[in-house]
Amino acid sequence: MNPELKPVLEAIGRIILGKDHQVRLTVACLLARGHLLIEDLPGVGKTTLSHALARALGLDFQRVQFTSDLLPADILGVSIFDREQSTFRFHPGPVFSQVVLADEVNRATPKAQSALLEAMEEHQVTIDGETRRLPEPFFVIATQNPSHQIGTFPLPESQLDRFLMRIRLGYPDAAAERALLAGSERRDLIEHLAPALDAARLAGLQQQVRKIHAAPALLDYVQALLAHTRRSPDFATGLSPRAGLSLLNAARAWAFLDGRTAVLPEDIQAVLPSVAGHRLHNAHGLSRFDTDDAARALLADVAIP
Amino acid sequence: MKVVAPRLSTGRVLALLGCILLVLAPHATRLPLWIAAVAAWSLGLRAVFAWRGWGLPKTWMLLILAASAAVGIWLSYGQLFGRDAAVALLILMLCLKLMELRAERDAYVLILLGYFLVITDFLYSQSIPTALYLLICVWFVTACLIAFQYRDRPPRPTAVLRQAGWMLAQAAPLMLVFFLLFPRVQGPLWGFPQAAYGAVSGLSDTMAPGSLSSLSLSDDVAFRVDFTTPPPTPARLYWRGPVMWDFDGRTWRAGDSAPLPLAEERPQTGQDVIRYVVTLEPHNLRWLFGADLPAQRPKDSLLTHDYQMFALRPVRQRMRYAMSSQLNYRIGLTESPRNIERALRLPQGFNPRSLEFARQLQQAHPDAKEIVRNALLLFREKPFFYTLVPPELGRDSVDEFLFTTRRGFCEHFASSFVFLMRAAGVPARIVTGYQGGVFNPIGAYLIVRQSEAHAWAEVWLDGEGWVRIDPTAAVSPQRIESGIAAAMPLGEPLPLMVRTDNALLRQLRFGLDAAANGWNQWVLGYTPERQLRIFERVGFGKANWQNLALALSAATALVLAVLSVLLLRKLRRPLRDPVQVLWDDFSRKLSRRGLPRRPGEGPVDYVRRVTAGQPTLAGDVAQIGALYTRLRYGASSGNARELAELRRRVRAFRP
Repeated sequence: MNPELKPVLEAIGRIILGKDHQVRLTVACLLARGHLLIEDLPGVGKTTLSHALARALGLDFQRVQFTSDLLPADILGVSIFDREQSTFRFHPGPVFSQVVLADEVNRATPKAQSALLEAMEEHQVTIDGETRRLPEPFFVIATQNPSHQIGTFPLPESQLDRFLMRIRLGYPDAAAERALLAGSERRDLIEHLAPALDAARLAGLQQQVRKIHAAPALLDYVQALLAHTRRSPDFATGLSPRAGLSLLNAARAWAFLDGRTAVLPEDIQAVLPSVAGHRLHNAHGLSRFDTDDAARALLADVAIP
Repeated sequence: MKVVAPRLSTGRVLALLGCILLVLAPHATRLPLWIAAVAAWSLGLRAVFAWRGWGLPKTWMLLILAASAAVGIWLSYGQLFGRDAAVALLILMLCLKLMELRAERDAYVLILLGYFLVITDFLYSQSIPTALYLLICVWFVTACLIAFQYRDRPPRPTAVLRQAGWMLAQAAPLMLVFFLLFPRVQGPLWGFPQAAYGAVSGLSDTMAPGSLSSLSLSDDVAFRVDFTTPPPTPARLYWRGPVMWDFDGRTWRAGDSAPLPLAEERPQTGQDVIRYVVTLEPHNLRWLFGADLPAQRPKDSLLTHDYQMFALRPVRQRMRYAMSSQLNYRIGLTESPRNIERALRLPQGFNPRSLEFARQLQQAHPDAKEIVRNALLLFREKPFFYTLVPPELGRDSVDEFLFTTRRGFCEHFASSFVFLMRAAGVPARIVTGYQGGVFNPIGAYLIVRQSEAHAWAEVWLDGEGWVRIDPTAAVSPQRIESGIAAAMPLGEPLPLMVRTDNALLRQLRFGLDAAANGWNQWVLGYTPERQLRIFERVGFGKANWQNLALALSAATALVLAVLSVLLLRKLRRPLRDPVQVLWDDFSRKLSRRGLPRRPGEGPVDYVRRVTAGQPTLAGDVAQIGALYTRLRYGASSGNARELAELRRRVRAFRP
């Protein structure tokens, strides 16, 4: 375990109980400079996780509740005429924050969604012809209710691809739930959480993650996995080259979290369900395809070269 | 524009020098001392130059050296051409070329000269050891050629040698095709008749005390015999060679013999007729050997009235002939008076005691048969010894042998017996040849060596003709029954190859001789006739020059096509990482213990599972797993020391 990140994971783990793997994936996603999509029912701790993460890393945090009448300006900010100075002054929106929680992103209209997603992709926003850089690090956690709920605009495939990972939190197990019920208010705990890192050190760690060694043998494995998704009749479309890069970068972060300097096949395997799950689609026309199972089957089918 | 050739690396120059040394080594003993010295000196000097990085001699110096080398050859050999002189010249020029080995181009010239010198060795010897040695030379020279192809540092020598070995192996089928199908010219494979003019051990047309016993020390093969009828016991095989008529008191000579009239050649059939094929080693004389008595002589041979077989020309290369013999025979019933007189002639003034003894025999026994019997009785009853190291004999050799020393080899017995017979008025002559032979169970043929050289007597009895009498058999029956090795007392200096006391050695000896025989028959003895016969047997119809060329092209194309397909397939197959190969070995060992690695299982997971299943292996497995992940996925991939460590651990791993 990486000594610098161990306290971070422990701090978050004290607030989000029994979800060590998901917490780790979240931190790995951040380290790999990706964005995270959390897909789950309301009330399983999505907001708490985002908040705790921002707090533990010493980053500022903004939450945007997506609704059907949300406008892009509500996310990005607006220029308002200042009568005293006779100029337009820009009022930055919640997106100008290091950690942005876009809650229930699938409740907003595609127009509002795409405003956020463009910001995620470019790390900058252009408003009234002026380009403004977003802070570094910039990490978006979007949450999404399962799309069969009524009144939602499911994210299109092209938008899903912008998220490095998609995770599910799921219900806590009995012990964790008992501890949750018996423990104090989560919000208070977050208030008292002392930051274990700051933005500068986090940027340094992100830099180190990029240097994690990926041997030719490992690239062979990644390619074998990608080729399998493209060949296999189980998937409607295979993984894109960008998905391959995402997989490798996520695995680098995972290896870094583990305190190693090189990526192992196990790292790929650990992140693959989260990285590939939302990018793979069932060929059999089923509306809901349990892609976690598909990812697991993929790992079992593809031999490590 | 002047192009500066890159300097040759010291390592490669030294390797090339080593190869050339290897190629030159067999020539060393055949060259005049000064040439061998010049060659050694050049190699050494060039090595020092390479080592120290010194500049090479100027061109004018080399020109002077080249001219003096040619003069030196002329003075040593009296010519610049001919086998020995040309080889010596080639070697000297190669040594001088070493002195201008500056660029890659020169290295290639030297390598080609090396290949050429390899061929010249075959002009001197074509035995299996020579061929094996030259194969090694070709291998090393090829490796050298490969090493010079690399722009940068070549790979390790073992890798280059392996590559050269592969290339030679790929060339082997093509070599076989050319050997079998390339139209042959008449004559031996390495036709250099001169080579056979040198001294070769064997029987000759004279026999003096000591001439056969010295021959017995040689384990050279005289000839080999393949029987087509059931072979008789060796004791019955007297291989007839030169027949000696004329005695000068010390030496027996064959003299001239008239050819046998054609009418008397009676190829007989029936019982006691054996048929066989003899492969005769070259001995530079015209005698052909056949078992007593040649019935059907080989093609292109002569038979004399005393049944010596002659080839038309001296046997200067290995020769194969088929013939048959009659083991039970009668010859010379009507011998001419001239020959009877010749068989009674004795030199004057030699061996008085023997003459006296013979006279007494003649007086006591009027019947010639009785004389023969009593003379043999002398050998049997008096203390005669059969030995390879008889004492020296003086002027009256027969007297000294019969009455004083009584120790001798077959030529002593035969010579003194015939002397006694002639002195007692019984016509007699000496027959030399070989007796017996050793049956090689591995190749199922009979080997007759020079050590089986033998001399016996023939006496002419009225009404019976020429009858074989072997006085050696009277003294040492074992010589005839069991061969020379059994007859010799321990401690006598018999050649190693003749001794029979060590079973393992005997097996090895038979194996080696069978290999040599096969080599002679099928490689060196692969004549145009044999080629045509094989060609026709395979069913190509008429084996003429055009058909051979056609078959050669077709077979070459076929071999090349098969090789190409195999090699292309190998190219398409991805190269296997040696680390992964070791990991697979490791997994295979574990899968025998019921812990196979699943295809999608990474090293860490596998190690964890194995450790859980077999806690006793935890230490080894963890070490191997850590090494593997470092080498395969870590930054230390290609670390030779860790790879060796992994190899050692995986090999030692005993789950």
